[in-house]
Amino acid sequence: MRTLVKSREAILAAAILVLVAAIATRFPGFVAPANLANVFNDTAPLILLALGQMAVILTRCIDLSVAANLALTGMVVALLNTMFPALPIPVILLVAVTLGAFMGLVNGLLVWKLDIPPIVVTLGTMTIYRGIIFLISDGAWINAHEMSDAFKAFPRAVVLGLPVLSWIALLMVAAFAVLITRTPLGRAFYAVGGNPHAAVYTGIDVGLTQCAAYVLSGALAGLTGYLWVARYAVAYVDIAGGFELEVVAACVIGGISIAGGIGTVGGALLGALFLGIVKNALPVVNISPFWQLAISGSAIIVAVAFNATSNRTKGRVILKKAEHAA
Amino acid sequence: MLATEQDIEGLHPHSADGTTPLLSLTGISKSFPGVKALSNVALDLYPGEVTALVGENGAGKSTIVKILTGIYQPDEGDIQIGGQKVTFPTAQDAGAAGVTAIHQETVLFDDLTVAENIFIGHAPKTRFGLIDRKEMVKKAEALLERIDARIDPGATLKDLGIANKHLVAIARALSIDASIVIMDEPTASLSHKEIEETYELVERLKAEGKAILFISHKFDEIFRIADRYTVFRDGEKIGAGRIAEVTEKDLVKMMVGRSVDHVFPKREPNLGGEVMKVAGYSHPTEFEDIGFTLRAGEILGLYGLVGAGRSEFMQALIGITKPSKGAIRIDDHVAVIRDPNEAIRHGIVYVPEDRGIQGAIKGLPIFQNVSLPSLKETSRRGFLRLAEEFKLAREYTERLDLRAAALDQDIGDLSGGNQQKVVIAKWLATKPRVIILDEPTKGIDIGSKAAVHEFMAELAAQGLAIIMVSSEIPEILGMSDRVIVMREGRIVAEYEGNELTPEHLVRAAAGITEVRS
Repeated sequence: MRTLVKSREAILAAAILVLVAAIATRFPGFVAPANLANVFNDTAPLILLALGQMAVILTRCIDLSVAANLALTGMVVALLNTMFPALPIPVILLVAVTLGAFMGLVNGLLVWKLDIPPIVVTLGTMTIYRGIIFLISDGAWINAHEMSDAFKAFPRAVVLGLPVLSWIALLMVAAFAVLITRTPLGRAFYAVGGNPHAAVYTGIDVGLTQCAAYVLSGALAGLTGYLWVARYAVAYVDIAGGFELEVVAACVIGGISIAGGIGTVGGALLGALFLGIVKNALPVVNISPFWQLAISGSAIIVAVAFNATSNRTKGRVILKKAEHAA
Repeated sequence: MLATEQDIEGLHPHSADGTTPLLSLTGISKSFPGVKALSNVALDLYPGEVTALVGENGAGKSTIVKILTGIYQPDEGDIQIGGQKVTFPTAQDAGAAGVTAIHQETVLFDDLTVAENIFIGHAPKTRFGLIDRKEMVKKAEALLERIDARIDPGATLKDLGIANKHLVAIARALSIDASIVIMDEPTASLSHKEIEETYELVERLKAEGKAILFISHKFDEIFRIADRYTVFRDGEKIGAGRIAEVTEKDLVKMMVGRSVDHVFPKREPNLGGEVMKVAGYSHPTEFEDIGFTLRAGEILGLYGLVGAGRSEFMQALIGITKPSKGAIRIDDHVAVIRDPNEAIRHGIVYVPEDRGIQGAIKGLPIFQNVSLPSLKETSRRGFLRLAEEFKLAREYTERLDLRAAALDQDIGDLSGGNQQKVVIAKWLATKPRVIILDEPTKGIDIGSKAAVHEFMAELAAQGLAIIMVSSEIPEILGMSDRVIVMREGRIVAEYEGNELTPEHLVRAAAGITEVRS
């Protein structure tokens, strides 16, 4: 099964390479390092959110509120910046992560303590968080000229050839890889999603683990909220509208099983990159946005079908072994 | 549809003597890969009479029910109804032939109404082919009245209590106008009063001339409501006859007098000091006043029928559910166990019954399944050390003679017996003082069974205290130093040495208090 997951990632990586090569035949400039770096930077928010979403999906839950969380946090820090332009960036980052984590905690507590189905909880909080943006902003936009220069410059600052936004995404991918594969919490995510009943017997608190996944997802959404608003230098009610579905799609394409317990950080990263490349490349080679949606959609179906087939083969293998034993 | 008084007189069981069977099975055999579930069995059901089918677990009772209801096809043998040979390729065919079953766990739909549940699959239709709700509710009302159930046909099923759900299942069984009714342990999960109501219902069905197959482990009810009996043992028919001509002793003998087909490891119990003492463990609804002691190196068998409260008690013991009263002492100190983590810390581990649902974690490789409860030991400063986990897993899976290609293989790729070994290895790796094995060999092949038994003996020899919950009498007898028997949430007997006989166990578990002659 492990090797299968790995091979699934290899297949996805190969698909991405084929896609990039195909684009390069029509538009060679696309594969220039500078452009690839741009594409990566564009995809960084999706990668960040996909990491958190992956943790949540591993525990058999889902977080539909990430985009609303991102937008609300973005609005709050933008408002803070307009009111206190001297506030240093580390404080802004701290506020963003804390506020995002708090919103994740609300999701997690509702799932854990009230036992409400995750999809319902986060559908509700998604709407509530969006509503709050309207309340605190009165529906008004906060535009570039209202934000301080330091506020806008942080994600775009170039360090060692890459913008800070890209570095943060890379850092988080590395941190998540360690968290997921090398800490008891990461292992608990798999155990809870793989078999919640068995997890209970081994002393793992299923609800607490799911709540922790939501807090992680929320914290990443909050962090991304600031980066998004600063990068695009605008904050309004509807930013990142519908982005949560793209995030879930990235996870599904990356081979994270929606039934929980199966998936890797590498898969989430590749899934996000695939969508990012499709989104960035197709307009360049003059393919209509309709095809972009169709390709994303097909990729989801192919990924899910692939997962289903691999599970079926697994069943057959068990039977064969049982026959040998008998 | 309702029988008149005269009909009832006419069909009274004692005047039904000598009638020909309504349903007759002859020479039925059924094999599954590796197991012969039924071998040349026969079963007759008579109109207006209750035939009790008795036998230990694994005797083939549920297989025969599945054959009768069209879920399994027999490999050999005939089914005759009213002298006509019939076959049941599907469950619908069995229903059409007038066979209906009321299962131990009712198979109903929680979110549909009572009437919808009763008529699902055969609802009355209007002229346009749509479901005729009015007619359906009316018919449901009539059916419920017939079985004396005061239930609103429009109520949603999930709002009903377990007893009323059962009545709905019965109404559903009767709605297809069946002449043959199979009741599979209908009273296993009911309270005393509900059991009485079930008996009344059986009497009523008898009076209506139905042929009833009643599967039960409880001797008092068999002798109370059955007219005839059939005994199965290990997939064979051992005996049949009229209940009036048989004693409980005879039935027990027929049930348990099996040939030993499995050699248990010879043990020289080397009992150490008292490791664990449980006193007065109680739960508001599931068990009461459970107390026992356990010594190092001892295998304590816990025997009881399904629904006796064994697993419920074990779950409370390791902190999954909360007892209302009671105390545990480990060695010389009181152990407070509020969650499974605390149980593990005190050295008590539980290997659950259903390894698919409660044991193995699919998606995690074997070695990570083994190390899961021991991550504190294998990790350092909050980070996992996979090499340590691997070492731990290798050590314990080797001791259990696990056959796997590699330890980083997914646990789902293993056979049932090997999965069970991984689950046991997982718990042994926590170095427990007391290990609770709930049905340790249920559903695994005979070879793996022997390996698990041998390993249990080895563990006990090393001084581990073992509690083995099992409903298989040979296993209980073959492995235990001492056996406690639970019935209806209480400990009703304790046997060791010469007193440890199959008859004693069956009688204590079934609640037979006096010897009938």
